[in-house]
Amino acid sequence: MENNIQHSDIYAIALHHRFQWEEAQQSYVILFPEGMIKLHGGAGEILKRVDGKASVGDIVTDLKTTFPDAEDIESDILGMFDLAVGKAWLRKVN
Amino acid sequence: MAQLNNGVAASVTQKQPLWLLAEVTYRCPLHCAFCYNPTDYDKHTKNELTTEQWISALRDARKMGAIQLGISGGEPLLRDDIEEIVAEAHKLGYYSNLITSGVGLTEKRIQAFKEGGLDHIQLSMHDVTEDISNFITNTRTFELKKKVAAMIKSHGYPMVLNVVIHRYNIDQVGKILEMAEALGADYVELANTQYYGWSLVNRDQLMPTREQLANAEAATNAFRERVGNKMKVFFVVPDYFSDRPKKCMNGWGEVFMIVTANGDVLPCHSARVLPGMTFPNVRENGLEWAWKESPAFTKYRGIEWMKEPCRSCDEKENDLGGCRCQSYLLSGDAEMADPVCTKSPNRHLIDEALANSQKPFQREQPIIFRTDKNSKKYVEGDKERIEQFHALP
Repeated sequence: MENNIQHSDIYAIALHHRFQWEEAQQSYVILFPEGMIKLHGGAGEILKRVDGKASVGDIVTDLKTTFPDAEDIESDILGMFDLAVGKAWLRKVN
Repeated sequence: MAQLNNGVAASVTQKQPLWLLAEVTYRCPLHCAFCYNPTDYDKHTKNELTTEQWISALRDARKMGAIQLGISGGEPLLRDDIEEIVAEAHKLGYYSNLITSGVGLTEKRIQAFKEGGLDHIQLSMHDVTEDISNFITNTRTFELKKKVAAMIKSHGYPMVLNVVIHRYNIDQVGKILEMAEALGADYVELANTQYYGWSLVNRDQLMPTREQLANAEAATNAFRERVGNKMKVFFVVPDYFSDRPKKCMNGWGEVFMIVTANGDVLPCHSARVLPGMTFPNVRENGLEWAWKESPAFTKYRGIEWMKEPCRSCDEKENDLGGCRCQSYLLSGDAEMADPVCTKSPNRHLIDEALANSQKPFQREQPIIFRTDKNSKKYVEGDKERIEQFHALP
């Protein structure tokens, strides 16, 4: 973990980036000037909960409740935040 | 995750257009010596699509999966309906990019674009000095461009500066990046000249040396190290100096679809130079047919069309044989391996071009600027001049 993600952190989609569902691709995407990131299953589920209000801890709790059968998703979720912050797809709000 | 940088996909499995480039007009107030537009663009300026035809094309492409929209030209702002096109693009869910020289961007228009939902403005810049910027564009636009950059920032847009790199500005790359930083750019594309259209005509005059290129890359890397994530810098490597060709357009008919000013539907910017091909037109054919079934889009899609040395090459999936237009323009054979490839029997054409561009006589020939007057000459078939540069067999 390079970006030291904490449960109390709150993030939002970075300035100039847009998160949306793409019907043609059946996946969530992040759009930015002349580029796009396609988010497969789990990554989309995490980032669609990033709204500038929910904390990382809130999102972990929510996903554990929504996907009770998924094992050890907390480290996957924190890993995804670490990646998304490192790539500057997210900005820290608090 | 498949990352698309500048529309270049790292992994795309399904064939659907992701990028729609709308070249809404070929009219342009600038006369850049490196423009990739066709030299005979003048014949495409009289029959431009109407606003309704553009909006209909946007809807059809969106249904097929296109998500990034480039509004380009020529200078798109020479049309007075870009506001309507932008607003429709936003309603349809596109991420819309206005690609402009800045000429014609006023407070009133940028406000209307903001209200319509335009996502991003890409501005072309040319150098840190007024002399070179004005010289290469053959206009006095340097000060205007700096004002436009400030306007783009003040309206809260992400700003991408696109700087085409050539012999006249390559030694200034470090200073160009500092200027971009001072102007508040979020992204900078250092686009080394690719040789199509007007830039092919002026190739000897624009080509840098290998040493200049190495210095420019070093300056770019030093800047990246200092600035980090704050500003993203793309350095588009010039293919003439590589051993392998670029995967042109990320593959023919893989992710890009271009609709030109007069409605032609193309898999790449310069496809109309290829001989014996008929391209679909939105006035007659739907975009879905154009993409999925038209002979033009299926002809070079994938690897079936290849001949040796590409056909048996173990690297063929990496670059799909390079660029069909470049192969045709330099060798006269559209289906041969891109001459950039050292496995191509035509590699000597690239090496000769590199050597010729350093000969004092050739590099000092006058530049032919992208003007309507010069374009008319190409339309009329100014054979003497065309053959000199297109090296047809």
